[in-house]
Amino acid sequence: MRRILAILLENEPGSLSRIVGLFSQRAFNIESLTVAPTEDASLSRITIATSGDDRVLEQIVKQVNKLIDVIKITDLTERSHIERELLLIKVLAMNEKSRTEVKRITDIFRGSIVDIGKQIYTVQLTGDAEKLNAFIETMGNETEIIESVRSGCVGIGRGEKALRV
Amino acid sequence: MKKNAFTGAEMVVKALAALEVKYIFGYPGGSVLDIYDAIFQQSDFEHILVRHEQAATHMADGYSRATGKVGVVLATSGPGATNCVTGIATAYMDSIPMVVLAGQVPTNLIGDDAFQETDIVGCSRPIVKHSFNCRTLEDIPNTIAKAFYIAKTGRPGPVVVELPKDILMPHNKGEFHIETDVKMRSYNPTKKGHPKQIRKAVKTINSAKRLVVYSGGGIVLADAAELLTELVETLNAPCTNTLMGLGGISGTHKNFIGMLGMHGSVEANKTMANADVILALGARFDDRVTNNVKKFCPDATIIHVDIDPTSISKTINAHIPVVGLIDIVLQQLLDELKESNYHINQQANDSWWQQINAWRALNSASYVQDDGKIKPQRVIESMYKITNGKAYVCSDVGQHQMFAAQHYPFAKPRQWINSGGLGTMGFGLPAAMGVKLAFPDSHVICITGDGSIQMNIQELSTCLQYNLSVVIISLNNRSLGMVRQWQDMIYGGRHASSYMESLPDFVKLAESYGHIGMQINNLDELDEKLTQAFEIKNRLVFVDVLVDELEHVYPMQIRLGAIDDMWIRKGEKA
Repeated sequence: MRRILAILLENEPGSLSRIVGLFSQRAFNIESLTVAPTEDASLSRITIATSGDDRVLEQIVKQVNKLIDVIKITDLTERSHIERELLLIKVLAMNEKSRTEVKRITDIFRGSIVDIGKQIYTVQLTGDAEKLNAFIETMGNETEIIESVRSGCVGIGRGEKALRV
Repeated sequence: MKKNAFTGAEMVVKALAALEVKYIFGYPGGSVLDIYDAIFQQSDFEHILVRHEQAATHMADGYSRATGKVGVVLATSGPGATNCVTGIATAYMDSIPMVVLAGQVPTNLIGDDAFQETDIVGCSRPIVKHSFNCRTLEDIPNTIAKAFYIAKTGRPGPVVVELPKDILMPHNKGEFHIETDVKMRSYNPTKKGHPKQIRKAVKTINSAKRLVVYSGGGIVLADAAELLTELVETLNAPCTNTLMGLGGISGTHKNFIGMLGMHGSVEANKTMANADVILALGARFDDRVTNNVKKFCPDATIIHVDIDPTSISKTINAHIPVVGLIDIVLQQLLDELKESNYHINQQANDSWWQQINAWRALNSASYVQDDGKIKPQRVIESMYKITNGKAYVCSDVGQHQMFAAQHYPFAKPRQWINSGGLGTMGFGLPAAMGVKLAFPDSHVICITGDGSIQMNIQELSTCLQYNLSVVIISLNNRSLGMVRQWQDMIYGGRHASSYMESLPDFVKLAESYGHIGMQINNLDELDEKLTQAFEIKNRLVFVDVLVDELEHVYPMQIRLGAIDDMWIRKGEKA
């Protein structure tokens, strides 16, 4: 089962590598990982998408919690949450027809064209993983995908509850 | 020059003094020479010069296990630091508080593959509780204080502090300030057990008919032996210790049913297998205890008390988990028992003990001393008698370790010092040296074998330098005994690389290092010569005992069986 973990930790050198090391040492899978400092620069927030049954997840959460730098960890998938991922995708837009089609699909998915070359458009799109997958598939049916990059998901819980110090 | 301004190296030394360090174990090298110069000019603590950094970590470890204090190691960058890795891993597996100060090349060279550079923080990451890169000299004192705090609180463990050479050098000076009362927002280990869980645990204990207390190294680390004994007596429960927990209750206590696990007593493993309630205290259900987890104690309700939440339900599902410091939780349990007006169910308790005593009567660790060959078990028994059971016994890893665990009933915690989790050969001698420094007037034994002793034998030189009069008792069976035992039992007797064909003359070897060497190869002279060895006070004695090389350690769990599926003798099941 896919899980989204949010981790708040000290923004110290080596703290990210400890988290990653822990996953690899114990053969836990990381599907995606995003990290950046928070509004308080002494703190970092990590979102990890992983998978595993309840038993595996319990160990992951406990093991992460055990790391000295970690302040809090929560499983966002346990409750209602918002999940977003950023996609930048470069597609072939050779002629009028394909340019129109790229623009049309981008609009439908509420993406935006952020760069235009002679024959190539670059599209930016945010959404959950499912939406991004659907977009890539649709675009791939219409034109050739030259390059794409995804950020991995970031997540935040809905409502009052917050992950903070 | 500002008043109260110190170099980074001086700050290291001042920080260690402020943290009341008495000994540090290490080996000099380019990147830490400034620290060595600062050590030379102080008298707050003593530096012990080892012959190999691995031994420094084991000495610090042994010192820590015997005293409960943080063991401190100093190593240079690169090979000095990487030589510490085995000792760090050993301490990590057994939750021993240790701080390793590792030199590093100057900051501007880090990452350039500079001379004697390794990323020791990276190398040690999977085997430390935490690590620090110190980047400014002002950070040094508080980083070291934090390292000590993390090493000794919660579930203890080793912490590495990396110190680049440039922040230690004389041209930089700064003000010294240290907060020894450390507080961290990200690290606050739980101390008290949750009251609801304590009530649940006591309710379960109250209804138990076949209760067993299974206690591990956590009891020793928390100095909770007296509370454990009080609890066991209150409940009149059988108590078994893990290899790491020996001494947690006196080995001669009437409720003690011996060690459990792979080479545990039949009564301990049978009691576990047939219990209806298991009270696990500071023990982690190691695979050397459980045997096949799928067959582990199916009828038991498991109450598991541990400071480390990751240890709970890792291999065996706990029905009542309690996270907290063992000594505090034990007191909570005792209070709650009193509160709940606890009375022993006499009938159930009697019949439970009747059953346990029947298993005890099998005398599962017994051996036959028929021919003239010296049985290793007999050596341990003799050692026990001569030292009145009062010695610190530091063990290496192998058959001798198991024989010592089975045949030397430890009266107190911290008396039995061995590498339980990692099983590090070469641990025994340096660990014994650390213990001897802490307790120079006590008998400190290194029980070892011809294989293990050769893994850190160079430390005999350190023993001479600091006059560490350890008694080394080597159960010499001219082979890697435990390896050979497995080869006998599992690999059709094919002794691949388990035979030591070129052993040194250990007597001459000890003598060449300036010590006393002694060989015993006749049963008749065993007691007399051992007594002589223990009478020598101010010299190290190396006793090379030629034991029966064919002897196996029994009892032994049958592979992949239940906890109580055991061989009690060659070809005979319990």
